Parts: sequence; structure tokens; C-alpha cells
Amino acid sequence: MSSRDKIVSAVKGNKPALIPLPLMDWQVSTENTTDTFIKTLEGIGGTLYTIADLQQVMHKVLEIHGNEKRIVNQVRLSDGKNPEEIKSESSISLENVEVAIIEGQLGVAENGAIWVPEHAMGHRALPFICQHLVIVLPIKNIVPTMHQAYGSINVSSNGFGVFIAGPSKTADIEQSLVIGAHGARSLVVFLVDK
Amino acid sequence: MDHAHASTIFNKDKARTGWHDETLWMVREKRDKAARLVPDWEKLREAASQIKSHTLSNLDEYLLEFEAKAEKNGIIVHWAADALEHNEIILSIIRANNISKVVKSKSMLTEECHMNEYLASKGIEVIDTDLGERIVQFRKEHPSHIVMPAIHLKREDVGETFHKHLGTEKGATDPQYLTEAARQHLRDKFISSELAMTGVNFAIAETGGFVVCTNEGNADMGAHLANVHIASMGIEKIIPKAEHLGVFLRLLARSATGQPITTYSSHFHKPRTKQQMHIVIVDNGRTVQLGRPDFRNSLKCIRCAACFNTCPVYRRSGGHSYHNAVAGPIGSILAPNLNMRENADLPFASTLCGSCTNVCPVKIDLHDQLWKWRQVLIKEGYGSISKKAGMNVMNTILSNPGIYNFMGKIGRGMLRAMPWIAKSKSLNPWYKQREMPNAPAQSFKTWYATNRKKS
Repeated sequence: MSSRDKIVSAVKGNKPALIPLPLMDWQVSTENTTDTFIKTLEGIGGTLYTIADLQQVMHKVLEIHGNEKRIVNQVRLSDGKNPEEIKSESSISLENVEVAIIEGQLGVAENGAIWVPEHAMGHRALPFICQHLVIVLPIKNIVPTMHQAYGSINVSSNGFGVFIAGPSKTADIEQSLVIGAHGARSLVVFLVDK
Repeated sequence: MDHAHASTIFNKDKARTGWHDETLWMVREKRDKAARLVPDWEKLREAASQIKSHTLSNLDEYLLEFEAKAEKNGIIVHWAADALEHNEIILSIIRANNISKVVKSKSMLTEECHMNEYLASKGIEVIDTDLGERIVQFRKEHPSHIVMPAIHLKREDVGETFHKHLGTEKGATDPQYLTEAARQHLRDKFISSELAMTGVNFAIAETGGFVVCTNEGNADMGAHLANVHIASMGIEKIIPKAEHLGVFLRLLARSATGQPITTYSSHFHKPRTKQQMHIVIVDNGRTVQLGRPDFRNSLKCIRCAACFNTCPVYRRSGGHSYHNAVAGPIGSILAPNLNMRENADLPFASTLCGSCTNVCPVKIDLHDQLWKWRQVLIKEGYGSISKKAGMNVMNTILSNPGIYNFMGKIGRGMLRAMPWIAKSKSLNPWYKQREMPNAPAQSFKTWYATNRKKS
């Protein structure tokens, strides 16, 4: 018998009688959803700007990071330029990305997380390998909790998707918080309020 | 070395033991703060527990559903009955791709399988990429905590280790500086890596995908740059539907570190173009544990380590005292299932205070299971000889009033006449961290008999 069959039959023989799934109904407060999102994301190291026009994105990014190093934009901004094609780039060439600009599909107020599906990244590694990450998020796409988030996204519509909550961090040395572990050293979020 | 002896050594450095104790308690307090901000917290714990109970009661079906969906997604699924088969599968994938170096993000399962040592013996270098794991790997140690692998070390230790292995300045102890050095060192490894391994936090039966949670971003740096990605998971990582992630991701990081969520919650469903994605589903004793009604709840664990951080014994004895890949209260109920003889001491490394049960996000009855393991282990003959002899003596005394009265008198007399016996740390281990009370003049029984007559 293969290990697969052995494991499955051992599970079958040893599992308890069927226990039902619980109901999934949760308290939802839609009050102050945007404020909670902003406060929570700031609390975990993110920086936020509320803007009315996508034009402000590049302006602000250049103001913060300058234009000497490589900026990869994956968002259709109002400058008429198409998102840069990076899908087939090697890890060595992606390593020089200083700033990546991507679009978030949905934000979660209770934890500051932003859902980014693969199609918004250009390359799966982009949000992680860049030194600094910029996410553009429509303010109307912020939901109160993870329950509403999973209610409105389809996790398997893309081969990969990720909730990103703040810049990468670690506290592995004496529980002392350090921002910028292996992923992005900073996260700037533009909330687009049209 | 058993837990009690290893703890004695850990406790020799009083300042460090105190620091360890306080630091983990601080993490426990962060957990409390985060939990109180969620109005549905207790309901979430109950739901998480029930989802896991349901899943375990239908696990064979869910495993097969997961396999079918994952394969449809283009993921190659492997099954391993035990640790050795897991390691052999990994090696065969590595060999088939002509690879000699592997980057790995945190996976307690690969620790449980002693995979790094196995692969090293076959000439394959595994580079741990979680900062804490890299630190302990340089030091040829194992993680002492499942969420904070290097919590037994101080910044001076890390500074010295990095000076030796990464050439950081001698005497440098700034966590920011040391983390930056590790970032640069591991970036090179990520960029040049051909194969990345990760663990699995949750595997979704409904969609055939899996979720990996990190704060550092190391799982993603590995998986998205390498041409081969292997994820190892125990059979108990399955959850039925994607919507259940809402429950577990709300609980996991809050219980672990007090964060509202980890920085990255990555959902893998299909390999990239030209990438190979493998999943290894491992039993290694889990189906046996599933068949023990008293202990099957231990399979609900989501590895948050809240039970470690709250445990008065773990905080004061350190993870290495547990001589098992998973330490703490949960490790002490998982370990005897893997090997009763080697781990018979662990269920006794507890005060049975129940704090672990109170904080567990999936409501595992941890302290009940510790108590039940003690009974199983003694019945199966794994109790220590001294404990057994002591229990037999106590049994004779306590079940025989004549002997009980006589021994009481002798005891009180001895405490008065020869207090040094009671205060000898070698003869009376109870005295080690305690003061002995003065011996009373008479027993309560005598006092009661005398005073009852008076009234």
C-alpha cells in the first residue's frame, strides 16, 4: 500500500464521529472603517496619504524617493504610460528595484492588511524584493474585518495573492522591533478618494 | 538529559532566566491587549476550535479533496508516512533538479523530521532564512521557541555569532545593524537560490491552495525567486474552506505576538510559469494521535506559541530544556506521541495551572492532556524509579492511619531536632527555592481532639 493510501485509511479508521461546522456570523461595525484602517496601518509602521487624483501618486513618490534609482510602476496612472512589463525579469534584475508601485484590491480595517492578487504585481516577487513598497488603494474598498474580506475576494482566482500589512519586520533579536527584515523597508499607501 | 536537569542548568544564570521570564510575559501581555480589542474574541476561539474539530472528524475526505484540487492547480502532491520518507522525498526532488543549495523559511515540521541534518549528510546545504533561525543555525543550535527561535539569546550572543559568520564589527550589538547584516547576507542567498522550502500554516481543501504567514517576507523571497518551491505540511494543517481563514488569521498573530496580523499572509495556489511547486503531506504519528480520544485535540494546534509565553515553567526553563522540536505545553503533549520513552518527562514539566488552556486560540485542553499523559506514562511503565518509590511510600502512609500518625510525630520531631535534614538541598529538593516552615508543636488532629473537649 502506498503511503498515501496508508495515511488516508489510518485517518479514516481513527477519526471521531462527524462533528458539524459552526455557523459563521460575526458582529460587524461599519462605523469609522476608514479611520480604523488608517490608525491600524500607522500602528504597524505604514504611512498613508489620502488623495483625490492618481496624478499625485508619482509626484509624491518622487518627492520621497527621488528618481535616481529604479521605480517600477504597475498601476495605470493618469500619465498615459502602461505598467512596466517585468514578468520575465530575473531575480538579479529585480534586485535593483528601489520602489514598486502596485494596486491593492481591498483593505481590512481591523488589521491594516491589503489584499494584492498576482495580476496586480507584474511579478510575484515585486512587492517583496523592492526596497520600498507603494500601494494604491481605492478608499471605498476598505472592509471592517477579515470575514468581509474573504467574502469579497476569490483567493484562487490568481495563482498567488497576499495580504500585506505594513513593511517587513522582525523582532528576533531580543524582541527588539526592526523594520526592514527581508521584504520592503517601508510601506506607503495612497487612499484614493474620488 | 531530562527537563528537570536541563532546567537546573538554564536556571544557573539567574539574570538571564529573569530576562527570559519577563520578556515572554511581555509578549503574553501584548496578546491580551490585542485580544481585548476584538469584540468577538471568545466567539472566534470557539469557532476556530469547532472548525478544527469538524475538520479532524472528516480529515480523510478533506485530504483527498485538497490533493485533487492542488493537482488540478498544477501542484505536485507527495505523501510521507514518517520523517524519513519526508526527508527522502525532499532529497529526491533536490537531486532530480541537480541542486545543492536550498533556502528555507520557518517550518517546525522540517525540524521535527530533522531534515537539515539529513540533507547535510547527503551533501545538501540548507540555509535557514528566518532571522532567528539563521542565528541558531550559525550556532549549531535548534530553535528554542516556535515563533521566536532565538529568544534564549541576548544581543551580545547574536553580535558575537554574526561577527564570526558574517564579519560584522566585533562587539556590535545593535539589533538594527545586526538585522541589516543578515538582510544583505540572505539577499545574496535568495537571488542565487534555485530551490525554496516553506512550511504551511493552512491548507485549503476547497481550493487546493495553502497559506504561509511571515513578518520578515523570507518565505516569499524564497518561493518567488526559486524555480522549485517545496512546502511541507502535517495532515492537520487542512481547513475546509477559504472563508475559515478569516477566523484563523484573526486569531493567529494576535495570539502569537499581539500583532493584528502578520505582515505577509501569502496564498499559494499555482506555480509560476516554468516553476515547479510541490507539497509534501506528512503523517509522522499524527494519525496515531488522531486515534487517541484524550489527545486528538492536540492536532488542532495552529503553532501560535501563546501557551509557551504564558507558561510559568517554559518561561523559567527555556525551550531547549524540552529536547523536542516543539517545546512548551503543546510540545509536551505532542512529544510523548512521537516517542513515549524519550519524552516521558515532558508532561511533568508543568504546574497544571491551566494558563495554557486559557490562552489557546483553538481551545485545546492542554493542562488536562498533560495530566492525562502522566497517567498513561506511569501505567505504561515510563515513570522514574524514584517517583514510583515515593508514590508507594506515600500510598502506605496515607492509607494507614496508624502509620500516618506515627510518621507525623517523627516528621515534626525531626524538623525540630535536625532541621538541617529538611534544609539540605540534596536530601529535600522542595527546599531548593523555598523556605521551610517551623515545625508545629502538635498535629491538627491532636489540637482538634484537645480543643473540642474544652468547648
